[in-house]
Amino acid sequence: MEILVCVRRVPDTSENEIELNSSGNDIDRDELVYSINEPDNYAVEEALQIVAKVGGSVSVVTVGSEEDEEVLRHEMAMGATHGILLADSEFSASDGRGIASILKTCVQKGNYDLILTGVQAEDGAAQVGGMLAAMLDYPFASLVTSIEILADEKLKITREIEGGNRELSEIDLPCVLSIQTGINEPRYVGMKGIRAVQSIPIPAYGASDLGLTTAQVGAAAAKVTRVDYFVPALGKGARMLSGTREQNAQEVMELVAAKGGLK
Amino acid sequence: MPRIFTYIAHKNSVPDDSAAELAAAATKIDESAVPTAIAVGSGPDLETCCAELQKFYSDVWKISNEALSYPNAELIRKVLMKIVPAGSITLIPHDHFGIDLAPGLSINLNAAFVSDVIAIDALQANALKVVRQEFGGQISAHVNCDLSSGAVITIRPGAFKAGETSTRAATVVDKSADVGTLSSGRRYLETIVAEASDVDITKHPVLVSIGRGIQEKDNVAIAQELAEALGAAVSCSRPVVDAKWLQKSRQVGSSGKTVKPKVYLACGISGAFQHLAGIKGNPFIIAINKNPKAPIFQVADIGIVDDLLEFLPELTSKVQELRGVAAK
Repeated sequence: MEILVCVRRVPDTSENEIELNSSGNDIDRDELVYSINEPDNYAVEEALQIVAKVGGSVSVVTVGSEEDEEVLRHEMAMGATHGILLADSEFSASDGRGIASILKTCVQKGNYDLILTGVQAEDGAAQVGGMLAAMLDYPFASLVTSIEILADEKLKITREIEGGNRELSEIDLPCVLSIQTGINEPRYVGMKGIRAVQSIPIPAYGASDLGLTTAQVGAAAAKVTRVDYFVPALGKGARMLSGTREQNAQEVMELVAAKGGLK
Repeated sequence: MPRIFTYIAHKNSVPDDSAAELAAAATKIDESAVPTAIAVGSGPDLETCCAELQKFYSDVWKISNEALSYPNAELIRKVLMKIVPAGSITLIPHDHFGIDLAPGLSINLNAAFVSDVIAIDALQANALKVVRQEFGGQISAHVNCDLSSGAVITIRPGAFKAGETSTRAATVVDKSADVGTLSSGRRYLETIVAEASDVDITKHPVLVSIGRGIQEKDNVAIAQELAEALGAAVSCSRPVVDAKWLQKSRQVGSSGKTVKPKVYLACGISGAFQHLAGIKGNPFIIAINKNPKAPIFQVADIGIVDDLLEFLPELTSKVQELRGVAAK
């Protein structure tokens, strides 16, 4: 099975506090630690496990710039055979539809049976996979938590729904699936693994290579534009305890007891 | 002003809470809007649902089709493609179903797409300015959405307060004939109900709930020791289940359990809305987090900026001390 996984390099929120920059129009990107978008990493692991069972190969693609090559290398170190970088200054300020349009041209250059994305990235939009599927007229499923390969170009999948329940469906290939975290346990990749794939060429394609125009991608094509970032003025918020650790623990215990939590 | 449609999620003939919330969101977009509710399904359940919708809508479109007895987003996308007029605004709840349906629908309708909207800021000519959150709720953003070719917008559950109900009779228009034969490359088979577990976190008055901040599996014991001292249960947020440190049945959130404790200790939990959606009944929330900007501090009653791996053992020994004194 030929699988394409769409990945993205994002600020790692477990490593960073996200704050406004001084002019308030963006987050402060100085000293941010970037890494692979976590759900995308699960998607790559899932693709590798499928290929280990039924054969084929895994390609990883990202829309971005040269800096984003590092996440492709990371996923190649996990076992993806090919990395593809879709980079062009024309692509900047694309909205979700623009990103999906770029990825669509990449899908059409290959011969993929299955396309995976992570369920969402740092913007929480959860949009590109579903858009890409609609553009390709492929079936789509989001929040996928298991994949079983059936005969006759079909998969059996589960989706995460409410209350810990799962929805079992059958889906025809080729299709697009957005992968939820927890579907597997992504393998660890060390620096050694990344060095081992350092010399593998990663082809880069720009707008003209992909036959894309500014009517389809970039700022001019975007129907949706982020105006600014801000920290909302909130209600009272929590009363913050500022004592020593011991004093705070004492106070918390008393509060828990007062609320009937100590019986 | 574009016409506004809302997609009605319903189960066992009862419209979801989002039905009223989407009506409220429509009014926020345009005070004079008379939104049209679209209810899709089959049989008597759908009839009952449409009747219920009169509380919030004066205009209801009904699509009844045997193929729609289960809400398969891929089929419903095809329904909406056929019946939603070009240039409309379509509002859909941002939940597991909306995530499945809405992005693709925006492509099919050639409409702009904005997801997980929590507030409407302003409408100016053909631009709608909305508020959404990024980075798991750590920061908010204003987003402009060009309405000139319509829009599909998903709305965060609970973000808009339902308006007053009305008792006037709604017009229910049957659009079933416009839909035709439905088929999809994705076929629903069955729902696998969550397994029961040894501990039912929905029944406990006190929960020690852990998140990514617990860092590794061996540290879960720190929370368990506190829970034992308190006579509480250990629950968790999604990353802990993803890492297989606790079972799915311990997860609080929209994709996990809904809990109603009296006291909720959120330990190393950032406070993403999917997690908060699982906490009901207005419990007393005590949050411990290393990050002073963690969104959990906005909803908690008491906040402590500290390393939970240090703080929890301290709290445990305090509780044990008290118990020891009480026992004597």
